[in-house]
Amino acid sequence: MIRFQQVTKIYESANKTVKAVNNITFQVEEGQICVFLGPSGCGKTTLLRMVNRLIPITSGTIEVNGKEIHSLDPIALRRSIGYVIQQTGLFPNMTIEENICVVPNLLGWDRVKMKKRYNELMEMMGLNPDEYRKRYPWELSGGQQQRIGVARALAADPPVMLMDEPFGALDPIIRERIQNEFLRIQKDVKKTILFVSHDLDEAIKLGDTIALFRSGELMQHGTPDEILSQPKNEFVAEFVGSERALKRLSLFTMRDLVSRLNPADRKSAGKRDLRHTVHMDTNLRTALSVLLSSPTGEAAVVDDNGQISGVVSIADFERLTGIHPSERTSAVQ
Amino acid sequence: MEVILFLQDNWREMLQLTWEHLQLVGLAVGVAILTGVPFGIYIAQRESLANLVMAVAGIIMTIPSIALFGIMIPILSLIGQGIGFLPAFLALVLYSQLPIIRNTYIAIKNVNPEMRDAAIGMGMTAWERLTKVEIPLALPVIMAGVRTAVVLTIGIGAIAAYIGAGGLGEYIARGISTSYTTMVQAGALAVSILALAIDFLLGRIQKRLSSQTAKTS
Ligand SMILES: Nc1ncnc2c1ncn2[C@@H]1O[C@H](COP(=O)(O)OP(=O)(O)OP(=O)(O)O)[C@@H](O)[C@H]1O
Ligand SMILES: [Mg+2]
Repeated sequence: MIRFQQVTKIYESANKTVKAVNNITFQVEEGQICVFLGPSGCGKTTLLRMVNRLIPITSGTIEVNGKEIHSLDPIALRRSIGYVIQQTGLFPNMTIEENICVVPNLLGWDRVKMKKRYNELMEMMGLNPDEYRKRYPWELSGGQQQRIGVARALAADPPVMLMDEPFGALDPIIRERIQNEFLRIQKDVKKTILFVSHDLDEAIKLGDTIALFRSGELMQHGTPDEILSQPKNEFVAEFVGSERALKRLSLFTMRDLVSRLNPADRKSAGKRDLRHTVHMDTNLRTALSVLLSSPTGEAAVVDDNGQISGVVSIADFERLTGIHPSERTSAVQ
Repeated sequence: MEVILFLQDNWREMLQLTWEHLQLVGLAVGVAILTGVPFGIYIAQRESLANLVMAVAGIIMTIPSIALFGIMIPILSLIGQGIGFLPAFLALVLYSQLPIIRNTYIAIKNVNPEMRDAAIGMGMTAWERLTKVEIPLALPVIMAGVRTAVVLTIGIGAIAAYIGAGGLGEYIARGISTSYTTMVQAGALAVSILALAIDFLLGRIQKRLSSQTAKTS
């Protein structure tokens, strides 16, 4: 768990002072991803980097798993926190294996244990350990480098990870794929993660909660659904934009909707012309586009085995208004 | 043509002198690396000191080498080493300092701040950061400084013969004093070839080093 209490950061330079982070209090529960969101210069990076003491705090306290960070040795603190930065974070003078093993090496692990960990992490990232072991970072694509960056942060199995726009520089398709992998990995490793982003869609997709900032102040901290459906103030409403109803759909999958369909509809599935199908795990935003392209306004829902388990129509989407996020039957990919 | 004949007749002595020359240069640059690199790293953390050091080193560079030898002779005479190897060696160490200190300083200074940031963020101590990240990344540029220093001292080393330090300068000095032009030419030619060859060799090493850190900045 990470707890911020009245955290303030004031940058003082020769001719002016900037209040980059202003009296922020909130907490992120263990095993959850909290996405820091907000316009450029609102203080996301500053707040993030105060957690591993890369930036000294002006006032307030930050606790990581119950310990105030200033009661800890900064070197030990940083080794216990995974840190992922944009692309260039890999050391060009080290091979992929050396890069991934930086922190284990600092911690003095033995060779065999490091090698095992390297293999394990590469498998986890979907990369062949032997193929990349002796290669250098610049020999990898941006997406691969980013995965190595995540693997490196995970190497010593830290309970907490800090990620500053880790996927920011990737093109949209690769980015989406890495986001999916990242969520899959997080399901297993269950780290407490602070994740900086300036992209609302990314925040909705990855965040268990979103913390939205404006010029150093916390505007709202809540689940993506809360942020989208109950914006606390004008700024939040404007930030999430007019598309928020649509964006909210991407929080749910067909599974959530089908579980609420009439049994009658399920039976009738066989009689219809069903060229339009959607998979159970498709999110509702994508599903809606399928429905809209279907001439009858209907589509069949198929499960993993290709079995049709129901039919949905656009009208069924109305049921969603009654779904509360806590009742979600599935995690969104 | 005469030069070639001269070389044919004197190649043994020539090799001997080349070896002396290399010893002088190698030792001087070796010591300059051992002192200049740590010093360059040190001043990279202290901006105000850096400017002073650069200025002083710059002044040393502007002293003509023959004058520097001249300055050393009375000082070292006090310990009975006025001429010979020691003053030449010391002068060459001084001359090699500037390129080495300057390149080290610039290289460390120019290490991508994000690399430094990542290193600190992963929990490296200042020493670990220096040895595992900053020096390896700075190595190609430091190496370029060493290369400059070597070529520089090979040239200046030729003048050291005047104060009895030996080396290929012998031929030049002896040739001038006896008006034996061919000997002067042979000496000059040998010095140039030596400088070019060593420069080429170090260039290869430098290239290999920088290919490993190609995409640094
Ligand atoms: N070292 C510094 N000295 C002075 N002011 C700074 C410093 N670092 C950041 N700031 C200021 O603090 C504010 C917050 O900066 P920060 O980098 O935390 O923003 P951010 O939310 O991460 O922005 P972005 O999305 O562009 O990365 C900005 O106004 C910035 O100009
Ligand atoms: Mg930032």
